[in-house]
Amino acid sequence: MFGVALFVASFTFIGLGYLVATGTGTWGLRSPVGWGWAIVNFVFWVGIGHAGTLISAILCLLRQKWRTSINRAAEAMTIFAVCCAGLFPLFHVGRVWFGWWLLPLPNQNGIWPQFRSPLEWDVFAVSTYFTVSALFWYMGMIPDLGTIRDRATTWWRKAFYSVLAMGWRGGNRQWSNFEMAYLLLAGLSTPLVLSVHTIVSFDFAVSNVPGWHTTIFPPYFVAGAIFSGFAMVLTLMLPLRAIYRLHDVINQYHIDNMCKIILATGTMVGYAYATEFFIAAYSGNSFEKFAFVNRAFGQYAWAYWIMVSCNVITPQLFWFKKVRENHSLVWIICLFVNVGMWFERFVITITSLANDYLPSSWGYYSPTIVDIFTFFGTFGFFSVLFLLFVRFLPLLPMAEVKMVAPQADPHAH
Amino acid sequence: MNERNERIHGVACTFRKVSDVFHAAEKVRDAGWKNWDVHTPFPIHGMDQAMGLPRSPVPRLTLLGGVTGFITGCLLTWYMNSYDYPLIVGGKPYWSVIFPFPVLYECTILFAAFGTFFGQFIFNRLPRHNHPLFELPNFARVSDDTFMIVLEARDPQFHPDESRNFLQSLGGQEITVIRD
Repeated sequence: MFGVALFVASFTFIGLGYLVATGTGTWGLRSPVGWGWAIVNFVFWVGIGHAGTLISAILCLLRQKWRTSINRAAEAMTIFAVCCAGLFPLFHVGRVWFGWWLLPLPNQNGIWPQFRSPLEWDVFAVSTYFTVSALFWYMGMIPDLGTIRDRATTWWRKAFYSVLAMGWRGGNRQWSNFEMAYLLLAGLSTPLVLSVHTIVSFDFAVSNVPGWHTTIFPPYFVAGAIFSGFAMVLTLMLPLRAIYRLHDVINQYHIDNMCKIILATGTMVGYAYATEFFIAAYSGNSFEKFAFVNRAFGQYAWAYWIMVSCNVITPQLFWFKKVRENHSLVWIICLFVNVGMWFERFVITITSLANDYLPSSWGYYSPTIVDIFTFFGTFGFFSVLFLLFVRFLPLLPMAEVKMVAPQADPHAH
Repeated sequence: MNERNERIHGVACTFRKVSDVFHAAEKVRDAGWKNWDVHTPFPIHGMDQAMGLPRSPVPRLTLLGGVTGFITGCLLTWYMNSYDYPLIVGGKPYWSVIFPFPVLYECTILFAAFGTFFGQFIFNRLPRHNHPLFELPNFARVSDDTFMIVLEARDPQFHPDESRNFLQSLGGQEITVIRD
């Protein structure tokens, strides 16, 4: 499996290698569509990451005990998804060796980054998101790494996990600081996760393009991110649960809850689609009206209706208990949601750019083989990282699962 | 403290049930011990009160980090876009708190998270890999399913024999002396 993942990942590196050698034109980008699959894929992968933070941080603050069995894997998913996401804008800048111009460093002409640009805000948002998620993930793992260290039988395992566990001893004085820090990181991640996709949506909303320039974008993007992220969590966890026989740790109750969240956020996303149409009709702005009619009935209508059927219609099946209990069906619906959310970003990005103000400058965008290679490969890249995590790091937060067990209550007998 | 105590880190005993170690901890607290700890595989709800521990100081570093981050963000954007290389954009002021707000916001969160993360290590005095407890053969089980109370020799109440008897009276098993 690891070999297959590595093979798939190599597609990304071939694609990116060819791009660096040739130029971003190989990505099918030309006037009027300068933002193609790269931005679609970036928003797609960042959005997937959001469910991990939602599970680990927001559900922690809300004291939802069911989160414990899935939070570690979901956080890992966040970090690896952000790694995949980051590749696209980095290479989209064209001359990737000048990528450091995005950082607050002066270039050779003494020019600094421009902080009025949403793209610069994005650099700060995504890098902060990655860093804080990684810190949160690692800190939560320390007690479990201590457990693995104490159970290690070979010297190299012992050495490896000793270094990672930082000498954790599980004293209550340590737990007291640890729990406080964990709670604070959860509290910091909550506004962070909401801000990240808000800022990602600013990339679109701050511009003057019809169909992008709307105030609904931040909440709509955040709901969509949570929606797609939970679908990805289930896509990953259902096979893992079957392979590692985790049926007692991840049970029907967890799957039910995740299905219900997908149903709720999917309905919100559907509501947002409807609101966009209403506001466009109500705005009296002919360009805005055209942008939305064009989305549904224009040259990209096929993409629009894939999006609506996958995101709005399929999740409605989760109203039925029988569907939520049929795990193969749940898995298939989640795949549909993943596809639908990718198409949502495609529809938003491409339709608005391909048909903007002047009909004389309209065009039709289609991806090239390099686009397809690069995107396909990121699934391999993601799988490589995720399989390494499953192999070497604690997949389940052992200390947290023990903590919520009934035997952990000091007043029980 | 006599010479013999200096080579001893403390005495330890184990418990098998959460309620046992919880009530034992309350008794150690009531006996007035200062240098002692309860080692558990997971945080036990209410153990901080049972041990009489004060509130964790980690939030102070979080606040410090957050304030530092906000100020850093302000200085960064002000210096780069208004002082060192002023940019005229649409006749707007060179610097205001509005336009770089996302940057300030992210810097605040980033530095607050650093404060929290490193605060946890600082207040827990980690990383430390050479602690005498790691020499105990049964300490490895403490990260799995066993609970351990450790009375340290640097506490003024410590006496090798009396402290052993005290642990025995609490219901602790496998009482062992930890050598430094």
